[in-house]
Amino acid sequence: MTQDTTGAATELPRLLPPPEDKNRNAHDWYAHTDRYGRLPYRERQGTLIADVEAAGLTGRGGAAFPVHRKLQAVLEAADKRRRTPVVIANGAESEPASDKDATLLWLSPHLVLDGLQLAAEAVGADTAILYTHVNRGHDVGARLREALQARQAAGVDRVPVQLATAPARFLAGQETALINHLSGGPAIPTFMPPRITERGLHGVPTLVQNAETLAHLALIARRGPRWFRGVGTVDEPGSMLATVRRADGKPRISEVPLGIPLQDLVGELGQDRAVLLGGYHGTWLTGSEARKLTLDNRSLAAVQAKVGAGIVITLPPDRCGLVETANVVRYLALESAGQCGPCLNGLPRIAAALAEIAGGRFGKHGTRPQVLADVQRWSGLVAGRGACHHPDGTTRFVRSALRVFAAEVDRHQRGRCSATVRQPFLPIPKDAARTEEDWI
Amino acid sequence: MAEKLLVNPIDCEGHGACAELLPEAITMDEWGFPIVDPRPLPPGLERNARAAVSACPTLALRLLRS
Amino acid sequence: MTGINSSTALWYTSRATGVVALLLLTAVMLLGLLVTRQGRLPGLPKFAVSGLHRNLSLLATAFVAIHVLTAVTDGYVNIPVTAVVVPLASSYERVWLALGTVSFDLMLAAVITSLLRRHLSRKTWRAVHLTAYVSWPVAWFHSLFSSTDMRHGVLFLLAIVCAVAVIAAVLWRLASAGNDVPRAERVGLLMSAVHGRGRRGQQGRAPQGERTLSK
Repeated sequence: MTQDTTGAATELPRLLPPPEDKNRNAHDWYAHTDRYGRLPYRERQGTLIADVEAAGLTGRGGAAFPVHRKLQAVLEAADKRRRTPVVIANGAESEPASDKDATLLWLSPHLVLDGLQLAAEAVGADTAILYTHVNRGHDVGARLREALQARQAAGVDRVPVQLATAPARFLAGQETALINHLSGGPAIPTFMPPRITERGLHGVPTLVQNAETLAHLALIARRGPRWFRGVGTVDEPGSMLATVRRADGKPRISEVPLGIPLQDLVGELGQDRAVLLGGYHGTWLTGSEARKLTLDNRSLAAVQAKVGAGIVITLPPDRCGLVETANVVRYLALESAGQCGPCLNGLPRIAAALAEIAGGRFGKHGTRPQVLADVQRWSGLVAGRGACHHPDGTTRFVRSALRVFAAEVDRHQRGRCSATVRQPFLPIPKDAARTEEDWI
Repeated sequence: MAEKLLVNPIDCEGHGACAELLPEAITMDEWGFPIVDPRPLPPGLERNARAAVSACPTLALRLLRS
Repeated sequence: MTGINSSTALWYTSRATGVVALLLLTAVMLLGLLVTRQGRLPGLPKFAVSGLHRNLSLLATAFVAIHVLTAVTDGYVNIPVTAVVVPLASSYERVWLALGTVSFDLMLAAVITSLLRRHLSRKTWRAVHLTAYVSWPVAWFHSLFSSTDMRHGVLFLLAIVCAVAVIAAVLWRLASAGNDVPRAERVGLLMSAVHGRGRRGQQGRAPQGERTLSK
């Protein structure tokens, strides 16, 4: 996990420690209070929400949902139903290509924990949970326990925080799957209605917020909405953590302003360098398209792409986009919860078809137009018909690949492939779900 | 007062009773699972819609007021 | 018919409705098993299987109710009204009647929870509904042994046929369920199946839709 700075020179980074911090002790409690000051409790439920609304903070977990609306929904549901809510910091980061939440929790855990306390105060919660991924490079769990001990010694947390770990499944970070797992069940989604802001963990109104979102909230509480809007765009203010992977495949985490040109983020974007934006539920773009775009939803809407959780990957010229896509879709199909007929039936068929195209073998079994037509038809059948967005995201990824790599499809039909390196580029976890226990 | 059909895809097992009773709003995909028309239910189909909802062996189909 | 000791109409009605109830409940069991495996009755639409299952169960409840009421109100044997729901409350054919009571209690629970299904959790409804696998055999033994009717002649044959039918259906259900694959493995298996089988044109038939299973 390495870290660069880009963007507005004096303003950033906000969440991550400054590059001059050679001691790398930002996770230490005293370093944290030195840099950011005390945790500014508001002393009254709900008073933070107006500031969050004025700041225009949206979720950094991928959906970009306005945070003040979620806080308000939980507060109102708790009031109406007379139940005490629960707040959960979602650090599951189940997307294999993403690394920003793990980095944030490793480098600045206290910001996330501050945000968790402030969110709990805003909605009147009496329980807080921090949910992290089970196996990442660093021992994030140990660092978090250390941080919580320091906070306990300082007497700063008002709501007790429990640590919980997510199983290594792609869907584990999905809100309802997260709650299902915390309730003792498998980490698979449940159907909404009712929304979790109404009825979530143990039947009470539940706030689930991405870890990075809470870190931003902790700073808005200290410095105010105008400060937050100091970087970013008018419609999409603030900074975000981006996971960037270039030719060497290593993830680099940068804190950047929303609206930063993609070119500044990844370096020179040649015409033939495809870019994957938004992770495995995201969109492939051509290099020339990407060159004209900035990292904000308004700009990306032109190519039907979204910022998502800020994952930007450039495909090296020695790899084949079809082969990479086929590998990822196979993983995504295996990670289906298998609960909904369309997803269970569609995703494996799409994966098998892509494997055939990537392997250049479809010529034997059927004509290329038929295979491609099948994939398009299955994608249409599958999107929007599951309990979660897994099928939707997967088909978005597939369709964008077939568009961007259309020339490669031709090449494969003639028995050729652009890849000169066999090793897969896009990261895929080794163990796919095989038994029921893998989901618990 | 418009009504909409909603299927819970987790509870749905693809028995197919709904599509037989309400073909105007529900069709079967090639795997035997229902494709439910998301638009509000046209007037006059309400009785058949209720029959479809009650015929579902897993109670996956719901009729909601919108 | 041998085994007739009384000429009261109520007593006859009780025995007759008891036999019909057993036949209806046998049909209900068979249809219920068919629903879970998404089977079809030849010539009938899909919704007919679950529809018949439900309607026949209500009809069976009606027959059992008459069977029970006439047994309690007739003057020939003394069966207290409490015996309808409390097992072992009757001194007449104490044990065999108790079986009937138990079966009736379970059946009522299954029917009522089904009528109120919308308000119950899926797990609760299913747990109560599964007691049918206990309720039916208990009803069968009650039918065979609380009077001599079903132990002779045609009625005996009928009882055996019902038992064989239900046992065969349950074994079939268990065998099919044995082929079901745990959720986490289903996707992997489907992928290898689709991959290995090749495209549609080669087989002449599209691979069937993979079923999601009852939870």
